[in-house]
Amino acid sequence: MSNLMSGAKMLLECLGREGVDCFFGYPGGVTLPFYDALYDHHIRHVLVRHEENACFAAEGYARSTGKVGVCCATSGPGATNLITGLVDSMMDSIPIVAITGQVPTKLIGSDAFQEADTFGITRSCTKHNFLVKNLAELPQIVHEAFYIASSGRPGPVLVDVPKDVFQAQGHYSPVTSIHLPGYKVFTEGHTGQVRRAAQMIWEAERPWVYAGGGIVAAGASPELRELVEIVDMPAVCTLMGLGGLPAEHPNFVSMPGMHGSYAANIGMSNCDVMIALGVRFDDRVTGRISAFAPHAKVIHVDIDPAEIGKNRAPDLPIVGDVKRVLQRLNKFLQELAPDLQAKNAASRKAWWGQVRGWKAEHPLAPVFSDTEIKPQHLMAELDRLSGGQAIVTSDVGQHQMWAAQLIRFSEPRLWINSGGLGAMGFGLPAAIGAQFARPDKLVFALVGDGGFQMSIPELSTIASYGLPIKIVVMNNGYLGMVRQWQELFYNNRLSSVELDCFPDAEKLAAAYGFKGRTVQKPTELASALETAVNEPGPYLLNVRVAPFENVYPMIPAGAAVHEMVLGPPEPVAVPK
Amino acid sequence: MLQVISLLLENKPGALMRVTGVLTARGYNIESLTVAGTLDPELSRMTIVVDVDPTLRAQVIKQMNKLVNVLQAVDLTDSRAVVRDLVLVRVRASLDMRTAVLKEAEIFNARVIDSSTEGFALEATDDPEKLNEFIQVMRSYGDIEVTRSGAVAVSLESKKLRLQPPIPTPLGSRDRTSAEALRAVKTGAQTGRDGETAVEVIEE
Repeated sequence: MSNLMSGAKMLLECLGREGVDCFFGYPGGVTLPFYDALYDHHIRHVLVRHEENACFAAEGYARSTGKVGVCCATSGPGATNLITGLVDSMMDSIPIVAITGQVPTKLIGSDAFQEADTFGITRSCTKHNFLVKNLAELPQIVHEAFYIASSGRPGPVLVDVPKDVFQAQGHYSPVTSIHLPGYKVFTEGHTGQVRRAAQMIWEAERPWVYAGGGIVAAGASPELRELVEIVDMPAVCTLMGLGGLPAEHPNFVSMPGMHGSYAANIGMSNCDVMIALGVRFDDRVTGRISAFAPHAKVIHVDIDPAEIGKNRAPDLPIVGDVKRVLQRLNKFLQELAPDLQAKNAASRKAWWGQVRGWKAEHPLAPVFSDTEIKPQHLMAELDRLSGGQAIVTSDVGQHQMWAAQLIRFSEPRLWINSGGLGAMGFGLPAAIGAQFARPDKLVFALVGDGGFQMSIPELSTIASYGLPIKIVVMNNGYLGMVRQWQELFYNNRLSSVELDCFPDAEKLAAAYGFKGRTVQKPTELASALETAVNEPGPYLLNVRVAPFENVYPMIPAGAAVHEMVLGPPEPVAVPK
Repeated sequence: MLQVISLLLENKPGALMRVTGVLTARGYNIESLTVAGTLDPELSRMTIVVDVDPTLRAQVIKQMNKLVNVLQAVDLTDSRAVVRDLVLVRVRASLDMRTAVLKEAEIFNARVIDSSTEGFALEATDDPEKLNEFIQVMRSYGDIEVTRSGAVAVSLESKKLRLQPPIPTPLGSRDRTSAEALRAVKTGAQTGRDGETAVEVIEE
């Protein structure tokens, strides 16, 4: 019979049916049968240089498209190396299916070579996980994994496949339906609640939209735009939601939170109705939660019921897909407009005036110097070159915050960063995934000198596939964000934060067969970046920036929003 | 304060660990936990008693309901419910004490399940606090050995069980939400009982 095939082949069939065109992985002993089946299969496998980066690359793929990202690793060390990527996608709700090999069923539990309890280890860092015990259940499980990963609040799902399951032969016919009786997805939102939300918004004098990663995940940008335009109210997008509302949109204020703008944070603090869309009231946004938006009535829309009331009890909870909820909310707002729009129009106008005043008072503006490249100068140049259209992946730290403050994104899925987990070494492999997913796009991998050195092995992947990624290292010779905290909160005792050795960028790139250079004069920055962008292949640009620049504004951890620090403190004597 | 949680979950490997993981991840200590099968062999009923900060009780239930294997998690702490615990007690009773022990056992509706010259083995079923009292009383007769089953609970109010209907595969993109998927199922894509696999395995 023609449909007689191995488990490995069957897995590929299922991946094909789920629309997987490429995935990222690293082979090993127990995945040999799978890689053998892959040898003459049309699905493209991208060989990375470390399993952690396979997961990060899959995230880059998923984050830049909204499709499920797939990664693959062998048993034992291969699987354990995936963990950081899994937790990262869990924290940021990114749809990932991770396939790991496992030792043959009969050897499980015997401490066999390269055995690890992957199923047990990954239980808490996945949305769900599976151990395939026999071939008969494999196709079902693969489709369940894709469904769970991509539906509801997206997240990572791991499928652990023993070697003998890959090898077993069986007759395959496609699975036509799956049944997950306990897996509930709430999409619609309660009509009465949505209507009440519309009423609350029209009755607000100082309304405020707090939009997050959920907007991006749900593809709700058009609806968000419509919402802010109907009511003409200010909106902020969190670090995960940047691009959810175009940065150039007149209603977009900026990013709120620890390093958000003055206007965004003070506005949040003073609003009377907060429309929280696909957000989780993260501590990096709220500061001290008890002092967060004290006067606001909160409308909280989220697809995950467990997010409602987790950190802040809402006045009006709506569990549902933010896109669908907003479609109906906008309809109700328009229906109610004739009766309610005029009522508080004057107050809303005054409120806008206030917000614009705050924005003008303390704008997020780049800083320039004649003698050294300011990090903000670098971000301004990247902003100019990308024109709101390029994909920018970032690592974690100061450069990430400056980029989020100063690079303006005109659409979602362009700004790709490790938000919740804050995983260093994310930027470069994520750029690989994004470039595979969007070959037409200009992709900047914006990394710090710390994170870059965590992901240097992937230069080899970039070179090998000839990916035209522009790697921009914001090099200040320090683990800048940690140093900033040591300066501010640990009496300037700089402990293990200086990175005094960095490879010669030109030689490093040349060693991999592509071009690179170091730039340190502010006058040369623009042309150096243009050269990088115009280079048809990969490019490594090492930008030596002012080493002691720190990110402001800043709300110290655990402080309230109004305790924001707008600039570097005056030097104070260090108490002994 | 002790929270009583009743769960209906799929009888699948790792399901227990997922449920307890919700509690251990937050550093809660489980007071008691019982699991057993239900009329449907694919499902299990679990009762957990756990010391949770009252403000976080709702959150714990939500987190459990999020688990793919959990069909329903209900907080029975403040609702109308019967909670029962079973205890097996071995009590040493010298000849002059035997009658007194038996009398006491009778008060607590405990049954004698073994009797020897050394003493008795007793079995009692009641709500957990009542059993605490019973154990206290028995201790006054000397060293005892106690094994408890942990609490099992049943709600006296009927709760509607919401189950996700079968979903056609593959879904392709995330844009097809379950509601649309459900419509697709209703319009003819319905197949046989799920779980029946499409794969016929060739034995080696």
